[in-house]
Amino acid sequence: MKKKTLFSLKSPYREQLDVIGYSFGRGKKALAIVGAMRGNEVQQMYVCSRMVQELKRLEADGKLAENCEILVIPCVNYYSMNLGKRFWAMDNTDINRMFPGYDQGETTQRIAAGVFEQLQGYEYGIQLASFYQQGIFLPHVKLMDTGFTDPGMLKDFGLEFGIVRKPRPYDTTTLNYNWQIWETKAFSVYANATDEIDEKAACEAVNAILRFMDNRGLVSTKTPPGYRTVVLDESETEQIQAGAAGLFFSTVEIGATVEKDDILGRIVDPFECTTVGEIRTPVSGTVYFAYHSPLINEKTVCFKIIK
Amino acid sequence: MTETIASIALAVNEKLKIQKRRIQNGNSTTRLSLVTGTHGDELEGQYLAFMVGSFIDKNIDLLDGIVDIYPALNPMGIDSITRGIPMFDLDMNRVFPGTKNGTMVEVVCSAITDDISGSDVCVDVHSSNIFLKEIPQIRISVPTAEVLLPYAEMMNIDFVWIHESATVLESTLAHTLNSRGTKTLVVEIGVGMRITKEYCGQLFQGVLNLMKQLGMWKGKTVPVRKPIISAGREVGFVNSDVAGIFVPFSDFGDTVKKGDHIGNVIDPLSSKVVEEVQAVCDGMIFTLREYPVVYGGSLLARILQPMQGGEDA
Repeated sequence: MKKKTLFSLKSPYREQLDVIGYSFGRGKKALAIVGAMRGNEVQQMYVCSRMVQELKRLEADGKLAENCEILVIPCVNYYSMNLGKRFWAMDNTDINRMFPGYDQGETTQRIAAGVFEQLQGYEYGIQLASFYQQGIFLPHVKLMDTGFTDPGMLKDFGLEFGIVRKPRPYDTTTLNYNWQIWETKAFSVYANATDEIDEKAACEAVNAILRFMDNRGLVSTKTPPGYRTVVLDESETEQIQAGAAGLFFSTVEIGATVEKDDILGRIVDPFECTTVGEIRTPVSGTVYFAYHSPLINEKTVCFKIIK
Repeated sequence: MTETIASIALAVNEKLKIQKRRIQNGNSTTRLSLVTGTHGDELEGQYLAFMVGSFIDKNIDLLDGIVDIYPALNPMGIDSITRGIPMFDLDMNRVFPGTKNGTMVEVVCSAITDDISGSDVCVDVHSSNIFLKEIPQIRISVPTAEVLLPYAEMMNIDFVWIHESATVLESTLAHTLNSRGTKTLVVEIGVGMRITKEYCGQLFQGVLNLMKQLGMWKGKTVPVRKPIISAGREVGFVNSDVAGIFVPFSDFGDTVKKGDHIGNVIDPLSSKVVEEVQAVCDGMIFTLREYPVVYGGSLLARILQPMQGGEDA
């Protein structure tokens, strides 16, 4: 294992920001794994730190493929993590909306450019992603459909679901999108939590990444059996909005199988504790996203169901 | 008449309401929409909206048409000094046109888009952020320049920046409305979290002139400025290469030569100048940093270069 500084940035008064990478094996750039780009992505950083441990072990046991280099960046934006902020603290910009970056641009454009320079040329890229809404996901892997990466590869992770997302204009500045434009086959792994550690989901994500690496011939390792991944387009999932506002109580667990018209949650008046809304599913399927906050606004997407 | 164009119940005893005021007189249905407050830290448009509305109120007989004023597309942002929508990651101006079946913000954006669509002209007023100060300017993408430039020139601004289009900007309100045939001008003036009365007054005269040209204002207007157009000129970006405290030597609107010393980045701890900031090209400073703390990469100034062939900017 080699630990190296991939990009540095000075601050007026804080210690220099050093983006640290861990590389394993040598030779052809095979896989890069990126963790936290936002300051609250603790779970994402944790999964990467677990990958560092796994790869150390595999490297020591001679289980890495010949002519194969793997890079892990647990955390790009620990400056914000240490301040308790999600985005870059000075200007509230999101590093994951700055790719491919610009080395003569604003600070987060420079960070994105510096990191992206190190991430180019890999055959595969995996980002530990978080979602822009408060909530928890069933661990799954997502592919932004640029036409470059074969959706069939989603099955190599052995997670229950692989979701293909058609990029929207605001997705075109994310790492995942730009990786593919620069010809890296890129995937986003969602490991349930963001600003807290979910050990079970972290294990599942680590095993999924190891399974992918094994299936792609990058390492030789045994993992617990995975799922026969169901690959589907995001448009095939059902988004359920809250019909009222108030206190939110979910009555289903993430991953639950539900039938059409089942009650998934209820909304309660915050002053009088009367039920002001029931959330029923209009379709049968599996709950793969659930809103996770005691307060809910009207029209908030509170569940997503894989039909 | 005040109308609510979107209303969403918030968790505890409150509704998020997007409101507009319609001022109408005469027989004409020509409609101008004045929109602001997409970013909660941009407040210049607040005073402009007040100036336009109150002046028309006092001179209602001179109006022949409809003026719709949308002072706060992001009321929760304005209320909390937040650029984006509180508790939502994406910039509101990256969510248009929205959708009726999406998240709360997408639903709001969809209602706003539907309501403004069909206006003859929409003026979308932004300030800069808290870091930079901008001279009164209108920004237009290359594909819309031919249609929008004549209207931009009516607006009494100093500068029209015609920039390349980018995919990510397809989610802005202006791009959405322009693609639906509603001519939309994006105005940038002043600085975040402040009101620059001089600039608001300048733009106010521009709005009246635009209304006059659209045939919906019968009152007198003042001659408007002829803006500098960026077409055929390059824009030079001056970024800090180091971290520290920026102290400018040049002023906003100054004409500078390449290599001119326009400021310093200092380190108060070591008492050293850590960077002598130089102009990257000849031209006029049309953007200047207001907020002194900088990292490597922080934008310090933008300079509009002269026309190729040597004409002064």
